[in-house]
Amino acid sequence: MKQSIFTIIENRPLSPKASRMRLQGDVSAITGPGQFVDLALDGFFLRRPFSVCDADSNSFTILYERAGQGTEAMTALPVGSKLDVLTGLGNTFDRTEAGDHPLLIAGGSGASPLYWLARLLRAEGKNVTVILGFSSKEEVFYEEEFRALGCEVLVTTEDGSYGIPGFVTAAMDRPCSYFYVCGSKLMLREVCRRAETSGQLSMAQRLGCGFGVCMGCTCQTVSGGKRLCKDGPVLRKEEVLWDD
Amino acid sequence: MGRLSVDLCGIELDNPVIAASGTFGYGCEFAEIYDINCLGTFSFKGTTLEPRMGNPLPRIAEGRGGMLNSVGLQNPGVDAVIAEELPRLARFFRKPVMANVSGFSVEEYAQVCEKLEAQPQVGWLEVNISCPNVHGGGMSFGTDPESAAAVTRAVRAVTAKPVIVKLSPNVTDIVSIARACEDAGADGISLINTVMAMRIDLNTRQPVLANLTGGLSGPAVFPLALRMVWQVSDAVHIPVIGLGGISSAEDVIEMMLAGACAVEVGSANLVRPTACRDIIEALPAVMDRLGIDNLKSIIGGAKA
Ligand SMILES: Cc1cc2nc3c(=O)[nH]c(=O)nc-3n(C[C@H](O)[C@H](O)[C@H](O)COP(=O)(O)OP(=O)(O)OC[C@H]3O[C@@H](n4cnc5c(N)ncnc54)[C@H](O)[C@@H]3O)c2cc1C
Ligand SMILES: Cc1cc2nc3c(=O)[nH]c(=O)nc-3n(C[C@H](O)[C@H](O)[C@H](O)COP(=O)(O)O)c2cc1C
Ligand code: FES
Repeated sequence: MKQSIFTIIENRPLSPKASRMRLQGDVSAITGPGQFVDLALDGFFLRRPFSVCDADSNSFTILYERAGQGTEAMTALPVGSKLDVLTGLGNTFDRTEAGDHPLLIAGGSGASPLYWLARLLRAEGKNVTVILGFSSKEEVFYEEEFRALGCEVLVTTEDGSYGIPGFVTAAMDRPCSYFYVCGSKLMLREVCRRAETSGQLSMAQRLGCGFGVCMGCTCQTVSGGKRLCKDGPVLRKEEVLWDD
Repeated sequence: MGRLSVDLCGIELDNPVIAASGTFGYGCEFAEIYDINCLGTFSFKGTTLEPRMGNPLPRIAEGRGGMLNSVGLQNPGVDAVIAEELPRLARFFRKPVMANVSGFSVEEYAQVCEKLEAQPQVGWLEVNISCPNVHGGGMSFGTDPESAAAVTRAVRAVTAKPVIVKLSPNVTDIVSIARACEDAGADGISLINTVMAMRIDLNTRQPVLANLTGGLSGPAVFPLALRMVWQVSDAVHIPVIGLGGISSAEDVIEMMLAGACAVEVGSANLVRPTACRDIIEALPAVMDRLGIDNLKSIIGGAKA
């Protein structure tokens, strides 16, 4: 974990609800997809956590959806402004069990951590299928970006205005050696129920500290209590207890 | 003895800044970020007799200038703290630590304190009386002078270490509770614990916290905490530790002027991991600016 100051080098809308932000600074604590960063925003007491969508030697990218006052305020931050960021938080997706045809399933901004994961899986020569779920056609983003990595991309929309109508589960009849999923809790549960293989999920929850000290995020798993910010956010399907 | 040093129940602190219970774990996450030996000391996570899982999620919400938590005293239990956390702590922390103790019956408080009494690293016992009393209809021990005194007496009987009773602000008359603890043998008082609070999510129209209510902390509670420290330090003759919303060196000085002999910093650690170190480092310059020679001299200074 590292606390340092980053400079916004890009902040632009991707859809009516979602935006992309790139931040430049010391990324040495960021080690892999699944990890998140915690941004301090002026006027808000708690930091705001976001999965890392991609990173290079001196910057990282996040994809964020407007969900409330903090994310709303983020859309107005101009390029060049400075943000206090905690980096290198949480664990990473484990790629060792991915097999030769992993399936990546995202709801909305859940696409963010899966993008970096897809890039690494492609670099390892895997056939990667990505399912991106949105509410409607105008909300769709990152379809082309995943395709540019060489992934097969399926888009689902709840209102049927684009791609496959329905939830992401409507597209899950694909060959699949292993799955990775990120989205709402409801979606994670449905995907885990439907999936015939094992897999990993990234679970979001309201956080206090984001670095493992406050016990604000502990969820019960088959392997005991886990702090989602430190022992997660990536969990294995088999360890999740859904009825907490 | 530096200009920042203060006395806390007979133990000298290099400076008055103590990291507050529940916001500092058992120290190790912070030790990875900075050398925590710069602290006055820290109070470790509230420890009970048995391990506790805590409350269902979500346990965290935000309020303007603060946060709410309903963690519910999740901790590994006193035996695991003694077997695992204290030996680990000894590897990176050289100062006496404050042990924060919770219980759901008078007997539990005494049992936990008895076990901690035998631990040389523990300098003070900080007894959190905000917990619900399972034998008293779930009312918190801290809301009534008699049960607060009963806990204090029971703990006093099993330890020679300084006993600091940590008060809940969710009461009508904090002074009578502080006095009851002093009369029952407390060596010090710390206040405040979190303020009972609530948030509702406008989209779901449901309370944000699964537990419905939680404790408010952070800068939003500072003026409330300061007022209570002022009142309590007037009423008792034992040292008072002030906490609630402290996030700067200026806040530390204001709290000491109100009568605190030391302070604790809680939620600020969660949003700025180096908060305690930053405050300690900022103190000398702020003291210079305000013409303060040493901190001991300003305790209760606003009452002159
Ligand atoms: C590990 C992790 C990774 C995340 N990654 C992303 C991402 O890549 N893209 C993205 O758009 N969002 C992501 N989120 C969710 C994002 O953090 C919230 O949408 C955001 O904090 C909402 O802030 P707000 O001020 O707009 O909402 P408000 O509702 O005003 O926020 C109030 C408080 O609740 C918290 N909160 C509200 N909604 C959520 C939520 N869904 N999850 C967690 N905390 C919440 C806020 O952080 C804040 O403390 C992630 C959350 C976690 C825990
Ligand atoms: C996440 C969290 C957990 C806490 N856990 C405890 C605890 O176990 N025991 C205790 O006495 N106080 C606990 N507290 C209360 C703090 O120690 C402190 O009294 C309170 O937060 C007010 O100080 P602050 O405004 O500086 O945070 C907790 C506070 C927070 C935010
Ligand atoms: S949010 Fe504090 S421990 Fe996870």
